[in-house]
Amino acid sequence: MIQFDAVHKRFPNGTTAVHDLTLDMPEGGVTVLVGSSGCGKTTTLRMINRMVEPTSGTIRVGGKDVTRQDAAELRRSIGYVIQQSGLFPHRTVLDNIATVPLLLGHGRRKARARAAELLETVGLAADAGKRYPHQLSGGQQQRVGVARALAADPPVLLMDEPFGAVDPVVRTQLQDELLRLQKELNKTIVFVTHDVDEAVRLGDQIAIFRTGGHLVQCATPSELLARPADDFVADFLGAERGLKLLSLKTLAEVPQGPAPEGGAWTLVLDEADKPVHWASQDAEIPVRPLKNEDSLLAALNESVASPTGLIARVDAAGVLTGVSSRDDIHTHAGQAHTEARVAV
Amino acid sequence: MYELFKNLGSWLTSGAQWSGSDGIAHRLAEHLQYSLLATLIAMAIGLPLGLLIGHTGKGAFLAINLASFGRALPTVGLVVLVFLASGLSMTPVYVSLVALAVPAIVTNTYAGMTAVDPDVKDAARGQGMRGHQVLFQVELPLALPLIMTGLRLALIQVVATATIAAYVSFGGLGRYVFDGLAQRDLVQVLGGAVLVAAVAVVLDLALSGLQRFLFRHRTA
Repeated sequence: MIQFDAVHKRFPNGTTAVHDLTLDMPEGGVTVLVGSSGCGKTTTLRMINRMVEPTSGTIRVGGKDVTRQDAAELRRSIGYVIQQSGLFPHRTVLDNIATVPLLLGHGRRKARARAAELLETVGLAADAGKRYPHQLSGGQQQRVGVARALAADPPVLLMDEPFGAVDPVVRTQLQDELLRLQKELNKTIVFVTHDVDEAVRLGDQIAIFRTGGHLVQCATPSELLARPADDFVADFLGAERGLKLLSLKTLAEVPQGPAPEGGAWTLVLDEADKPVHWASQDAEIPVRPLKNEDSLLAALNESVASPTGLIARVDAAGVLTGVSSRDDIHTHAGQAHTEARVAV
Repeated sequence: MYELFKNLGSWLTSGAQWSGSDGIAHRLAEHLQYSLLATLIAMAIGLPLGLLIGHTGKGAFLAINLASFGRALPTVGLVVLVFLASGLSMTPVYVSLVALAVPAIVTNTYAGMTAVDPDVKDAARGQGMRGHQVLFQVELPLALPLIMTGLRLALIQVVATATIAAYVSFGGLGRYVFDGLAQRDLVQVLGGAVLVAAVAVVLDLALSGLQRFLFRHRTA
């Protein structure tokens, strides 16, 4: 969908921001660009909608060379979300969202109706539309920013550290929302971040950049975590990259058996057979039951915290289906690593 | 001293003083006419200039320096100079008042434009606005509070300085000041000065009230 072919960007002051970049961003997928600051990831993103012009090389969106198109029209056909949301402070939330439809000459009424629809899509209450951006929280502003980018239903979405300025709890919520939206909308998303966890969570493929604008490795998250191309990538992914890989694997295949009886600890269920806590003669330890789609990392974490080393497994309704042991989880974690290393 | 204020009070409040072609009402109308026209001309010059510099980021150094040069010009000197060059007309008065007002308008307009959050401008361009759309739909509305401050300051300065029209034999509230000085009539001089100050203060309050009302939705 988006192709970089030998793209070079040198700024007038002589610094090279992007060095000989050839990269393919597939349609309907999330490509995350990561790297420390000054590595050229934002410049790469901004070259796609011509906010920055490449010095040499070609960039194609949907097969068409971007530099051969009118810049303003190109930008209207590409969603653009930036870190501080960049909302227009003098316009209501609804009018902010309606920006691109209005620029495209859709009538005001039609543009507002579309904007109201999008408020719901991004999880905002309808009455937020009449407010001004400064009356919203940072997280809400960022949702409005996403809605504005989606308003003209562009096939491509560029997101430049969109969740960089919100607190970790809100950030996780926004990431969840984006994943949910992406399931529905299937956009081609280019996402810039310096947060490895965010990259692993959101990316279908991750491109790691090094200072000087060099692309070091581009791969799926599990491939990257299992087989970093060099020490730079390994360092960047961090010492816990083994655990991060487990966040990508689900618990579904870990065997489960019946809950033990007669030991020091008993798993207590409520009347609907949902796990409540582990109980011994003189203590109760709360249980966080896990579903099949939860990650191996969550299972590992829960098994370490459990007094018996067992985790409670539940179905979609939260009813106990069985327990899994720490050993089985470990075995599967090891297998996941082996598979990721061997897989081509 | 007490006597002086008593006389000033009766001068300002006597009905006769307010009517007729050299009455306060007429002089006040003249004064406002000079001030508004001069400010409008200054606006027509200063506003596009400030917007252009602010939008393109080019020529700021030159324009700001020209503006401070204009500010440093002694107004009376300028009146005399233009008077000598062009003869007796309102031209010298308007030239000087406009020269006084333009710097405040240019610098405040420019300041308003540069104060617009770069992220907002970036987002505007990134959504696909063209240059003129960014200027008129984003930068101008956001710079408007500071632009209006510039216009207000310019108008106040012009109102206070429009007394010089009388110096070259025209009307306005300055008439009382210059006539009073010539006739050694201190009450008349003070009366004129008080009126000019009052007009300036009232306009300032009214315009800042209007600004607060117009921009009540804005933060800080």
